[in-house]
Amino acid sequence: MSKDTEKKGITSWIDERLPVFTFINHNLRDYPTPKNLNYFWNFGSLAGVTLVIMIITGILLAMQYTADTDLAFDSVERIMRDVNNGWLLRYIHMNGASMFFIIVYIHIFRGLYYGSYKYPREILWMLGVVILLLMMATAFMGYVLPWGQMSFWGATVITNLFSAFPVVGDYIVTFLWGGFSVDNPTLTRFFVLHYLLPFAIVGVVALHLVALHQFGSNNPTGIDVKSDGDTIPFHPYYTVKDYFGLGVYLIIFAALVFFAPNFLGHPDNYIPANPLQTPAHIVPEWYFLPFYAILRAVPDKLMGVLLMFAAVAVLFLLPWLDKHRVRSAQFRPYYKQFYWLFFIDCMILGWVGAMPAEGIYVTISRAASIYYFAFFLIIMPILSRYEKIGELPSSISSAVLSDKFDKGTENYAK
Amino acid sequence: MKKTTTQAKKDSSQIDEEKRDFLFVTTAGLAIAGGAVTAVSLVNTMNPAKDVLALSTTEVDLSPVEEGQSLTVMWRGKPIFIRHRSQEEIDSASNVSIENLKHKATDDSRVENPKWLVVVGVCTHLGCVPLGQKIGDSKGEFGGWFCPCHGSHYDTSGRIRKGPAPLNLEVPPYKFVSDDIIKIG
Amino acid sequence: MKVMILSPALISGATSDVKLMEQKWPFNGIFGRFDESSLQRGFQVYREVCAACHGIRHISYRDLKGIGYTNDEIKVIAADYEIVDGPNDEGEMFDREALPSDKFVGPYENDKIARLANNGAYPPDLSLIVKARANGADYLYSLLNGYKDYPENFEASEGMYYNEFYPGYQIAMPSPLMDDIVEYSDGTEATQEQIAKDVTSFLAWTAEPELEERKSLGVKTLFFLILLTIMLLGVKRKIWKDVE
Repeated sequence: MSKDTEKKGITSWIDERLPVFTFINHNLRDYPTPKNLNYFWNFGSLAGVTLVIMIITGILLAMQYTADTDLAFDSVERIMRDVNNGWLLRYIHMNGASMFFIIVYIHIFRGLYYGSYKYPREILWMLGVVILLLMMATAFMGYVLPWGQMSFWGATVITNLFSAFPVVGDYIVTFLWGGFSVDNPTLTRFFVLHYLLPFAIVGVVALHLVALHQFGSNNPTGIDVKSDGDTIPFHPYYTVKDYFGLGVYLIIFAALVFFAPNFLGHPDNYIPANPLQTPAHIVPEWYFLPFYAILRAVPDKLMGVLLMFAAVAVLFLLPWLDKHRVRSAQFRPYYKQFYWLFFIDCMILGWVGAMPAEGIYVTISRAASIYYFAFFLIIMPILSRYEKIGELPSSISSAVLSDKFDKGTENYAK
Repeated sequence: MKKTTTQAKKDSSQIDEEKRDFLFVTTAGLAIAGGAVTAVSLVNTMNPAKDVLALSTTEVDLSPVEEGQSLTVMWRGKPIFIRHRSQEEIDSASNVSIENLKHKATDDSRVENPKWLVVVGVCTHLGCVPLGQKIGDSKGEFGGWFCPCHGSHYDTSGRIRKGPAPLNLEVPPYKFVSDDIIKIG
Repeated sequence: MKVMILSPALISGATSDVKLMEQKWPFNGIFGRFDESSLQRGFQVYREVCAACHGIRHISYRDLKGIGYTNDEIKVIAADYEIVDGPNDEGEMFDREALPSDKFVGPYENDKIARLANNGAYPPDLSLIVKARANGADYLYSLLNGYKDYPENFEASEGMYYNEFYPGYQIAMPSPLMDDIVEYSDGTEATQEQIAKDVTSFLAWTAEPELEERKSLGVKTLFFLILLTIMLLGVKRKIWKDVE
């Protein structure tokens, strides 16, 4: 790197002792990136930006919030009414949680489609699943803090899941509550953990990036980078692409915050928590609905809970369930079809998760749950053995080029 | 194809430089301005909220305070010392030669009505609350207030006369809404 | 609008099967604004009718500035209410006139008394009611106009009233409104529908006093972001020109 030697004065003085500038240069400027990434590769950086937005708004909210069962609801209303721009702060944070999940789910589905979890990126993928788990815990505890009806009953139902475990179940639940029901000790510890966990997420995100930069990004063809001709420097190409993606993202985010701030929420959460009266339908936040559907699909309490946890845990095993040597679904005609079926399946699970657990909905949720697990545990291993594929392009550049031939001059090849 | 690779292989900063045209600069400027406005409006949430500002004025009924007595009220989280001064105290405050004062101010300039002295009861040195409001308190060498933290003496006009404090006790904004009622703030 | 299916707000159990009487509210939509005179009339309805049983505890008297009252008018309104303060220097609680900085004084000292006075039913606080129900404004308007006689074969409970919009159809609140139950000083005809409309508007405001500020800031923000994004697309195209 010739630039480093050219650097003069304070920058090089610092860099020699603490190579931050070399680090930035290496990881954010010259960092060689496949030149054929599509817009689905924007979602990693969008997730990072959302995490930062959530932490900043969260810290500012924590300065105004009171974690006490008698005061929590009113302190949130005070933020909405009396704190300068408090409503903006809270609506950004509230809808930011939803946006975060939308972004991360798309990020995951992208990885699933292009085989980003395969060798040599297994740990990168598993760290991502850890981030997802931490996000779920954080989001769940955050939803409890306003201490509305849904906060309270959501906390009661979810913590009660642990009572399904034989022998130790009840002890675990009492331990989680710090008492004999969801009450002040629960609220206080949820607040503390809700504040703490995001910083743990930041730590895992850092590891996620280290693992990513070890081998660099995957790409839509799933073919390894073969030569310098396959890559371009991250800056300015992908920085500007990320900025543009961020602009589009912020437009959607702002539309939600300013014009439909409660669209994704539940009206019952504007009723203060009442331990004596359960709302007619308890529904988790939308991002938990698919898992909630799996939970309810099983008639047995313990099995339901185990399957729900398994639905996330199975993601850890993904690199060993799908051992097909081709990464991208682009070149796997069968996997591609099962993939889209799986995508629709997840949508269906989300939808039945919001419906009452009766009649036809139970049947649908069972069928959808079965496909969910079958996709990972049966279809993937079978396909990795038997799925035949045609010839792959020899490199990223030739793939990009042949793509252009296909579209433009089909007869040219003849 | 060949052109693509050579172009792409240029040093990133070199490309950077070439693209730094008008569109680039205006876009960056707009983005930075937007970021700055967002940052300011978010940080603004830390300023006093509407309910805090609503409590920033206090009305005090002075009628129960006899001559020579003092009253302490809270205003914006700070104690306000109100003293119903005797003629003696008024005289001793106004007969001081201004030249000898550390922080020069006439007694006249510090009161609305000479009978009533209203000051913020926070020592201008390091923020302790001076003694002298309660019966039996030390009022310091000048009959006003005495700060126990570092030994500042204030006179019957609340002016600093001896000790490390640099300024006189602050006079809060207030006015008489009637003969017996003042509105602070 | 396929996304609508996923909105938990619409799956809420707080609605009955009857279609709500949908109204054109001036505060709906991207450029929605409150109608100030309707809010003031609604406040009058709240004070003269609803306030006997329902509080609006998240609202301070000073907030009335938001519906167009001056500081002096607010002082007079606040002084109508008595609030318990203290302890004073003698260690006793005392009553005083409410100040603009106080929250609205509710009708009952605590929940228990409220239930006792209302046959065991608790009249909910109204400051957030429009946000706390699915399609809050339409629901509230419908509820206020939805009282009917018990249909035949419906087993009526004592002290309950039939309302086709209330979940379970039986509500403990007797029909609160009728024509001319209030007299509007601005000459608006006080029909039941008008009264219901005004008080619903007022309660939409108590639920979301930030609505106008939010929407106008939203329009500006979106305008800015769309402009910036278009420019970023231009920059992106320029930089990527030689790669494709």
